[in-house]
Amino acid sequence: MTSVSLSQPQVADDVGVGGSSPWETALRALARDRSAMLGLVVLGVIAVVAIVTPLIAPGDYCIAQPDIIRLKNIPPSAAHPLGTDKFSRDVLARLICGARVSLAIAFLSVLVAATVGTIYGAIAGYVGGIADSVLMRAVDALLAIPRVLLLIAVATLWNPLGITGLVLVLGLTGWFGVSRLVRTLVASARHDDFVAAARALGAGDVRILVHHILPRVVSPVLVAGTLGIGNVIVIEAGLTYLGMGVQPPHASWGSMFYDGIEYFPSVWWVCVFAGAALVVTVLAVNLVADGLREALDARQLPAR
Amino acid sequence: MIFIAASLSFALIHLAPGDPFSGSITSPGLDPETARIRRSQYGLDRSLLQQYVTFIGNVVVGNLGQSIRHGRPVSEVLGIALPRTLLLMGTALILSFAAGVALGAWQAARRGSRADRVAGATSLVVASLPEFWLGLVLLLVFTYKLPLFPGGGIVGYMHDSLSPVGQLIDRVRHLALPSLTLAVLGTATIARFQRAALLDVLPHDFVRTARAKGVAERWVVYRHALRNALVPTIVLAGLSLPTLFGGAVFVESVFSWPGMGLEAAAAFAARDYPLVVGTALLGAVIVVIGGMITDVLHAAVDPRVRAR
Repeated sequence: MTSVSLSQPQVADDVGVGGSSPWETALRALARDRSAMLGLVVLGVIAVVAIVTPLIAPGDYCIAQPDIIRLKNIPPSAAHPLGTDKFSRDVLARLICGARVSLAIAFLSVLVAATVGTIYGAIAGYVGGIADSVLMRAVDALLAIPRVLLLIAVATLWNPLGITGLVLVLGLTGWFGVSRLVRTLVASARHDDFVAAARALGAGDVRILVHHILPRVVSPVLVAGTLGIGNVIVIEAGLTYLGMGVQPPHASWGSMFYDGIEYFPSVWWVCVFAGAALVVTVLAVNLVADGLREALDARQLPAR
Repeated sequence: MIFIAASLSFALIHLAPGDPFSGSITSPGLDPETARIRRSQYGLDRSLLQQYVTFIGNVVVGNLGQSIRHGRPVSEVLGIALPRTLLLMGTALILSFAAGVALGAWQAARRGSRADRVAGATSLVVASLPEFWLGLVLLLVFTYKLPLFPGGGIVGYMHDSLSPVGQLIDRVRHLALPSLTLAVLGTATIARFQRAALLDVLPHDFVRTARAKGVAERWVVYRHALRNALVPTIVLAGLSLPTLFGGAVFVESVFSWPGMGLEAAAAFAARDYPLVVGTALLGAVIVVIGGMITDVLHAAVDPRVRAR
């Protein structure tokens, strides 16, 4: 586990062997972190299955209802490895569709959040002064609004949201933390000697920011983003569970779980498999995030 | 900060397409003339700036508008829901802080051991669980399989006919599962953080001094290091309030706990704009107040903060 590597500081890597770049060092540290690799493998398998399966399966397999009466709620069998749900849809097929939806939403919205947060934080940190104070007070205020309540408010006002809307909303409510992080790093880097050197060489503000300062921000943002993916998967499932997220007939692990509750103890397979897919994925993402934090030595970030 | 949050809510309401009287869902068959009268009744035909000033003024005096679903002021609806949510969150926060700090310290005292690794792995798994998922599992186990706790609500049907002691027990039994769901998740997060904070403190000189004095390793961790390592954990607990709020929303839905989260979810279903926005605003206010309490606690634990 990651907790082990915490107590056994890996000094050897930091020395750097024969001019290897910080990224190579970090990659090697990551490769030796067994739990992070396990997380990566699990995520890789889920991603490959989610991407490849639709290419070889019939087009409407997500919502196919071959025989609504006879195939309703049948337990796992050879024909349907994970059983069927109350609309006689194959649970395994739905799970794979759900993986596409859940992972795509999580990944894209974190991409939006990381981009907006980095730009906002970089501007605040680089400009400094009153503008910085104003920008960051605004972020403080936004951080104070509980994200789920904000999401519920937005989902109510813009109902129905749709998947694109969901991605945007999750992204636009997720960047506050990132912007704070980036702002701190940029503000401290601004006064470093290498920035003064670049300026002495005649580099403009944009060039300094993009070429000299932002590369130092990449790894903390990467760690924060990976943690964010796990978070967003949980929030999206929760919102969908409340009926505000992904709408039918789209499959999402949150909605499958919710649909399964109706028949729960007797028809256990829908809930159990949807819940397991959700938990395993989030756990894998968090393992990778933890490993990345260790490997990139970005431990100044808050733990989950 | 609350002012900014209020401005944002205003912006959100006005960026959203349409208004309560243009939708076909909320008011089907509303003729344009009635819609116009209604708009002027609610001040929706005035300029944006006028509406903004009115809105902020109202928020300042605690007037969040009229709930469409309840037909009562939003402040009244939330005034009933808020204490319930605070009870749920407060119980969960106290439980998870106590258990998390204890578990983290226990792990740090035997860092690297098998017990530490098992506890670390378990808390990582638990911290990854969605709130509604854990809530439903607990509900299934402790209500359906073993009928130990009630399945939801805040008090039982017979509550009014119980003795005062019986009423208290009834309330605690209803509070048990929802607060436990939140507390278990919080414990995992806080334990992971507390352990890391302790490991950061242990290399310091005063810890070495304590060891040199001959203090047993266990007491070094529990007495000397823990007090110092509590500071970041208290800050974390304050910072995690918005997340806790989010968790409470889902947990309230699972256990039909009639607090702010359940109100917000019901308001979503009823398109009750003033109520959802009011809930988010009140959430922000609670988080800000929670932040202030955190600062006070921080000063109580860390004399360096007090000196400044």
